[in-house]
Amino acid sequence: MLLLIQYTLIFSSVLTLVALGGCISEHSGVINLGLEGIMVIGALGGALVMSNLITTLSPALLVIVAILAAIVFGMLYSCLLGVACINFKADQTLVGTAMNLLGTAGATVFVKAMNTAANPDNHSSEISYVAARERFMVNIGGFEFNWFMLLVVIAVIVVFILLYKTKFGLRLMACGEHPQAADSVGINVYKMRWSGVLLSGMLGGVGGLCYILAGVSLWKFENGVAGFGFLALAVMIFGQWKPLRIAVSALLFGLFRALSNVYGGFDFLAALNIPGNVYNMLPYIISLVVLAFTSKKSRAPKAEGIPYDKGQR
Amino acid sequence: MKKHRLLEREGVQALIASLICILLGVLIGYIVLLCINPDGAGESIVNVLKNFMTYSKPATQWKKFANTLAKTMPLVLCSLSILFAYKVGLFNIGTAGQYVAGACACLYGALGLQLPWYLCMLMAIAAGALLGCIVGILKSYCNVNEVISGIMLNWISLYTTNTILSKVKESTSPYTMYINKVNPAAFLPKAGLNKLFGGNEYVTIAIPLTILIAIAVGVVLNRTKFGYELKATGYNKNAAKYCGMAEKRNIILTLVISGGLAGLGASFLYQTGYMRWECTQSSVPGMGFNGIAAAFLGGLSPIGTIFSSYFIQHITDGGAFVNTNMYCAQISDLISAVIIYLCGFVLFIKLTIRKLLAKQGEKAAKKAVPAAAKGGDR
Repeated sequence: MLLLIQYTLIFSSVLTLVALGGCISEHSGVINLGLEGIMVIGALGGALVMSNLITTLSPALLVIVAILAAIVFGMLYSCLLGVACINFKADQTLVGTAMNLLGTAGATVFVKAMNTAANPDNHSSEISYVAARERFMVNIGGFEFNWFMLLVVIAVIVVFILLYKTKFGLRLMACGEHPQAADSVGINVYKMRWSGVLLSGMLGGVGGLCYILAGVSLWKFENGVAGFGFLALAVMIFGQWKPLRIAVSALLFGLFRALSNVYGGFDFLAALNIPGNVYNMLPYIISLVVLAFTSKKSRAPKAEGIPYDKGQR
Repeated sequence: MKKHRLLEREGVQALIASLICILLGVLIGYIVLLCINPDGAGESIVNVLKNFMTYSKPATQWKKFANTLAKTMPLVLCSLSILFAYKVGLFNIGTAGQYVAGACACLYGALGLQLPWYLCMLMAIAAGALLGCIVGILKSYCNVNEVISGIMLNWISLYTTNTILSKVKESTSPYTMYINKVNPAAFLPKAGLNKLFGGNEYVTIAIPLTILIAIAVGVVLNRTKFGYELKATGYNKNAAKYCGMAEKRNIILTLVISGGLAGLGASFLYQTGYMRWECTQSSVPGMGFNGIAAAFLGGLSPIGTIFSSYFIQHITDGGAFVNTNMYCAQISDLISAVIIYLCGFVLFIKLTIRKLLAKQGEKAAKKAVPAAAKGGDR
């Protein structure tokens, strides 16, 4: 049972972080479908730090540097979305999809090249970080507390205050609702959208790092992040684009994702003899059902997905 | 002047934009190879582009060309699936999952139910269409974003397929059984076409059928009332509704057709025996995603997709020819991903071409004005 709670918390941490990223970006008016790719690249940044700097940095510093690396990688990668969709007015769905493919392909090529350079016989796309992973954990009576769980609580509060209580946040949301009106009172829509995209890159990158640390201590970059970026978007929609509701709905989705990891530990679930594939499917099925019931009265920002053209005022 | 007129044509502009994307994509791939290891980069990128041409014997080349061609057909269908939905304003990223569902249906039909090829093919179409239908219903009645529901269904269909096809897999490996050992009647007929390609066993009626389907998709979209109605729904759902079109039905129908195309694509690959399904697969096959690249690279024209699909498949297969001591085959995936990304800029490239044309037109007009004034004096 403790294991289930632990996995639920860590998976919902991932979902919350990434969904908050998506939420900020959409409030600024850009649909960020590239979150999946951002997660992969952020995870790559963190993993590189964890595998290379493990001996040189002190434990606390390692955690901080790894998170910073994930943030930097995620933000740099999100620039691809910003340039294409804000400055060149490209189709946001297309660019997001391309970023997902590019993230996985790029990370795979990079890690394979790195592994092959270190050892000519090693053609795998794996990075292992066994020792580093322990630095993120605190064992409390069998329960593995992960520093990310604390980070998520802070992130939710910060995003909530940022969006609803600061000038910046309110202006950002204005750009997602009615960019023309925002522009007419002197808000720079392009700047606001860029900040939205960069913030989502930051949160997505950290989410990616959190994801690869969740249950394993080595990651095969060929696999990407298995649709987690999109699950996060489902969480965001279910959370009606509101930070606090996102955190709550992430718990629900995290629970179902955690079930697929630990269902064998429950006697009554194991007795049902359901194939493991069903548990693997569960989070996706649940999100479809949930979306079907919640999308009707969607509170999506009104101008999301539409490139802002100053000439069209 | 004649050159200008040529450039003003929409099709030519699309072609130029696609070529720019390809050039930049390959260039970036080359730079990446250079960064990894400058020694073999030139040779490897040439090998990626040469693909089967790296073989020295012409007969082998011809036969390997047929391999790439056979694998292109499913890709054409996947990109037609993307294209058809995109023309109606829907981004059917679920094509990947519909393709998986098609593979599941045709392989189970062939190996489990021992059906003849045409029934397996119909089952594949039906399975893809069914998934498309789910996305369509969710989109039109529940307002669920088709991209998100599509992705969810991709994973659901992957795990379902792994479960179902485990029933017809070899006991010693994670792969499904060989069709030729269990039910050779499930192979697509070859109709003598394989003789044209040095007896390549993977060349089947899939090739002419695919080309016919591409033409048919073009005709339906551009020449029929049905196609116009679908496109009108895509441009403005409410306007279509106001004009008395069944906009909900149109959305569902579009995704059903789109899903059917993707399902058929799977049948055209797995019923040639080119590949077997691996029942422990943990990621959705890339065919559906490459279809996105092909559709946009082809300038969203059905005939264009045939050529762009061939190109994508060509470099994907070419990835196997890189020097594996230094690089990995995924460099091709990287190049196609870069190309998709660059396709986002197609509109910008076209606008730039038009701006340049307009500037030249202005200059020409200025020159023409004094001449005209003189003419007026007389």
